Amino acid sequence: MLFFSYFKDLVGREVTVELKNDLAIRGTLHSVDQYLNIKLENTRVVDQENYPHMLSVRNCFIRGSVVRYVQLPPEGVDVELLHDATRREARGG
Amino acid sequence: MSGGPGLESLVDQTISVITNDGRNIVGILKGFDQATNIILDESHERVYSTKEGVQQLVLGLYIIRGDNISIVGELDEELDANLDLSKLRAHPLKPVVH
Repeated sequence: MLFFSYFKDLVGREVTVELKNDLAIRGTLHSVDQYLNIKLENTRVVDQENYPHMLSVRNCFIRGSVVRYVQLPPEGVDVELLHDATRREARGG
Repeated sequence: MSGGPGLESLVDQTISVITNDGRNIVGILKGFDQATNIILDESHERVYSTKEGVQQLVLGLYIIRGDNISIVGELDEELDANLDLSKLRAHPLKPVVH
């Protein structure tokens, strides 16, 4: 639940999602769900030369199970807050 | 999405699916469920190669199991019409490694 809430707060930010097939997609975080499935808008593939497969796609739904990393803008991250929240979660869970 | 509609906004639209084995299947989204299983109508697979242009294989009405789906992308018909698939050369996508 922690990361679901965390991502909900990041809606509207530019993020880069790196998938387990090495594809990296940059876009605006539109929405997220309990499975951490991600919907991105205004998408562009990071290495478009080598991955023309998504040239005509501008909005996409990415299945949570296939995400390796979600790269966030550093200004979007309050490390202290996250630290506290994870500590509490670890204690309670 | 629990909270949002999820794939609902894409129903009856043309979508481009990337599967876990690296395939790209384009079709019209007819239905889906919480497990991301999808029903795709008028679908065709786009096979990318470094040696020749994109091959399109007609598939018809398909159900794709959610386990096997990486990306469901909304295909922008305008952008797609501007692509010359016969000139496109690319390595096939890599399979997903968990």
